[in-house]
Amino acid sequence: MLKFEQDRSKFPEEKDGKLEIDLDSQKFIKIWQGPNHPGITGNMALELTVSGDEVVESKTHVGYLHRGFEKLMERRKFIQCFPICIRMCVPEPDINEYCLAASVEDLAGIEVPDMAKWLRTLVLEMARLVILLRGVPGQGGTMSLGMGVQWGVYVRDLMIDRFEELTGGRVYHMYIAPGGVRGLLPEGFKGRMEEVLKKIDEFVVDIDNLMFSNAVFKKRTKGIGVIKPEWIEQYSVVGPNARAAGINRDVRKDYPYLMYDKLDFESYVGKDSDIYTRSRVRWHDLQTSVDMIRQIMAKMPNKGDIRAKTPNVLHWKIPKGETYQRLESSRGEYGFYMVTDGSAYPRRINLRGPSYNSAVLLLEKMLVNANISDVSSMMVSLATCPPEIER
Amino acid sequence: MSLKDVLLPFLAWGKVFKNPVTIKDPFNDRPGSARYRGFHKNDIEACIGCGACEEICQNAAIDMVPVKGIETKDGDSGLRPMVDYGRCCWCALCVDVCSTNSLNLSNEYTWVENDPDKFRYIPGVDKKDWDNNELGWKKPENYDLNEPFRIQMEELKPEKRDSSFIEFVKGYSKEQAEAEADRCIDCGLCTATCPAHMAIPEYIKAIRNDDLEEGLRIMYETNPLPEICGRICTHKCETVCAMGHKGDALSIRWLKRYIADQIPESKYKDILNQGNDISPKSKKIAIIGSGPAGLSAAYYLTNLGYKTKIFEALPEAGGMMRYGIPEYRLPYDQIDKDVKYILSLGVEIEYNIKIGKDISLEELGKEYDAVFAGTGLHLGRSTRIPGAEHENVYFATDLLREISLGNDIHVGNKIVVIGGGNVAMDITRSLVRLQNQKNIKVDVTATSLESEDIMPADREEIDESREEKAIIDPGWGPKEIEIKDGKIKGLRTIKCLSVFDDEGRFNPKFDEKDKKFFEADMVVESIGQGMDLTYISEDIKTMVKFSDRGRIIVNKDFQSSLDWFFVGGDIIEGPDVIHGIANGHKAAKGIDKFLNK
Repeated sequence: MLKFEQDRSKFPEEKDGKLEIDLDSQKFIKIWQGPNHPGITGNMALELTVSGDEVVESKTHVGYLHRGFEKLMERRKFIQCFPICIRMCVPEPDINEYCLAASVEDLAGIEVPDMAKWLRTLVLEMARLVILLRGVPGQGGTMSLGMGVQWGVYVRDLMIDRFEELTGGRVYHMYIAPGGVRGLLPEGFKGRMEEVLKKIDEFVVDIDNLMFSNAVFKKRTKGIGVIKPEWIEQYSVVGPNARAAGINRDVRKDYPYLMYDKLDFESYVGKDSDIYTRSRVRWHDLQTSVDMIRQIMAKMPNKGDIRAKTPNVLHWKIPKGETYQRLESSRGEYGFYMVTDGSAYPRRINLRGPSYNSAVLLLEKMLVNANISDVSSMMVSLATCPPEIER
Repeated sequence: MSLKDVLLPFLAWGKVFKNPVTIKDPFNDRPGSARYRGFHKNDIEACIGCGACEEICQNAAIDMVPVKGIETKDGDSGLRPMVDYGRCCWCALCVDVCSTNSLNLSNEYTWVENDPDKFRYIPGVDKKDWDNNELGWKKPENYDLNEPFRIQMEELKPEKRDSSFIEFVKGYSKEQAEAEADRCIDCGLCTATCPAHMAIPEYIKAIRNDDLEEGLRIMYETNPLPEICGRICTHKCETVCAMGHKGDALSIRWLKRYIADQIPESKYKDILNQGNDISPKSKKIAIIGSGPAGLSAAYYLTNLGYKTKIFEALPEAGGMMRYGIPEYRLPYDQIDKDVKYILSLGVEIEYNIKIGKDISLEELGKEYDAVFAGTGLHLGRSTRIPGAEHENVYFATDLLREISLGNDIHVGNKIVVIGGGNVAMDITRSLVRLQNQKNIKVDVTATSLESEDIMPADREEIDESREEKAIIDPGWGPKEIEIKDGKIKGLRTIKCLSVFDDEGRFNPKFDEKDKKFFEADMVVESIGQGMDLTYISEDIKTMVKFSDRGRIIVNKDFQSSLDWFFVGGDIIEGPDVIHGIANGHKAAKGIDKFLNK
């Protein structure tokens, strides 16, 4: 591992705890990484100040995507929110659908039928696979190891086909509506799903050989981008990023929701907290999801009600109250804080996702002293979803 | 790091020998899945233009637009959804909420066009390749965004109600009414169809908001008899209700009753803020008859500031509502409640005064600035079959009036009622009650020309009659009332094959060979009612124009050819209460117009 810290002469002077960067001194240059970067699902820019090939300061800029979804939802009836909320995380839209539905149901005091709960669990795990099948090899992609991404996108497409036949949509599934879900499994679905899962099993081995047993990949990821243990609490690091640091945080286990308490699974916990370990945790998560889907398929009933009785959605008023409903997304704890005032519209919906902490707080801190060639790897390793920051 | 870490990645070369997974030609057809949410299609014949799709669309991508060749009619707004693919997000909520299941999505997803405006189109009207695609998103089974079935109204059990005239429909509780009101989709097809154009979705909304005072205000804008209408209205609104296509129509009538029932009459004046700020006018109007038309005209005229006086031939107000409808359907105290409020506004009423006998129409015309007549259909109609002149053959209207007046009527041991309308059911059920009260074994049979599927009576009336042990045996044409030794033996009938001819005219056809004999010692005729216009003197008759069928011809203000003489109610339109109310309201506006010319 290269050490950059020795020669402090390159660094700007510090005054009142702030760096004094004099660009005219010709010691520093500013480099913008983004707003378009293939490693990030959405637009986000890093304003890097580098000295040589070493980053001395980084600022995360968001705001390229802002469409005000939270505000838009305040002007929508509860049922109308669900085609909007999905847009707050494009690659994994179902988590938004669930959080919205769970919040509405919690405040309205509605118990969803078991069949709908099984289907929701299934869809959430499928969604996790869809994002991880691109996200895991995507870590290699930041180092020009594009092959794994191609393989991942292929298997991911097969999973998207399953989404298409179950939900009618490929990217935006709009399946988990407040009150239940929008359809039972189609005829022969389980068989076709098993075929896809087998393909994923193969992919898991392939990517292990290609990426995790790759000397170059190891060299460029081990010991780099370390999240220090004291940062975990300080910056509310959750999900795989926390698990890679040895702290077992998984909402599915800690605060079971839907049918997760009926499934047998263990979250993988790493220890080195570097890019490699985080990537490895996600690779394990991928296998856990595959295993869970198999369990769900075996345990779920074939028939049942998919929707609880709700008031007429056209003028569904929800009693005054507030709630926070969370789940374990592919990036960790993800939740909606919803406040209602007794009207047919939400008073406020606030999304709490892990991306803000990762991409703004953590990344700015992590990138100092990093080599510029590692910046994109470090950025991707935190699995940021910019639309979730600026919703 | 080991040698393994250098060699293992080379396993990727193994993929070289696998077939490629991408398709070579991107324009190859790859149909969407069976549930794919592709382009819209709409069965425009089934669509009723209720606009629920427009209402639920969160992107405002759907506009309801008029379409050439589709006329507005009862139960069809004549509008059809136009989809804007610049806004649509294919969430398919429009499909899930569609009342008729006419709107669906196909599994087609490619559409290339140079003109962006083409992407705004009316599915089903603008023909598209995917119109006949079987596959695509449909509303999932057992998945409803609003409750398709109505809250059942609680009623007294048949054995508890069949010997008494107390009201057997219990009325909704608060929870029931709010749940029923919740089913409304605010389409307004009901308002368009209601003869009085009541703002039905508005007062239903008031129930949802638990603001019954607002509901009462909304109702009184178009209908001053909510207690009455809330019980016995013919509810044309419910026949066209969009929810009827999905399951049951909303119980609009019971909801109206619910609002009126919750508020005591003493509070009406404050709630409606009436009677205080009316600036009185000097002109006076006479109203003949205190039926729905007369009461409605009196109410709206009084609110316009006119001095109105009602002349009623019978001892109490209400007309056919009191003397034609049995108490178990419409209790007298509820009529009194509505009437009392109208009278409290300053409407004068004189009972037991018959125009044409106690005072002539000419005199009224001279004394008052305008006269409104809503005299109703009080006369019975005879079948004129042999034996119909027997003393134990009655008209239903006469019997119902006698019952309402509290007079004792003759009740036979075996009774046959001829007729299949609501009046026939009323007298059938009244006679069942009277037989029970007199400890006679229930034996009332109602028979009609019409077969059961086209009987004019409401379905619930037929069912409830049967529950009360009356026999409904439709599809028979009366031939003769057999009389032996001066006593009725029964009714001879022949099978009626059809009632209307191909052109829809009344032209019954019979099978003379298929006969049936209904044993009876009393026969009631209930085959329609006639009007009694004897109060109009010959002089006035020459000035008033009549149609070929003997009805007075009126303009849209319900004004006859004699300018001060306005006519409305059953003798013009109907027969039912709501037409009377609507006529009275329009006539009131017409009289105002006439007097301010």
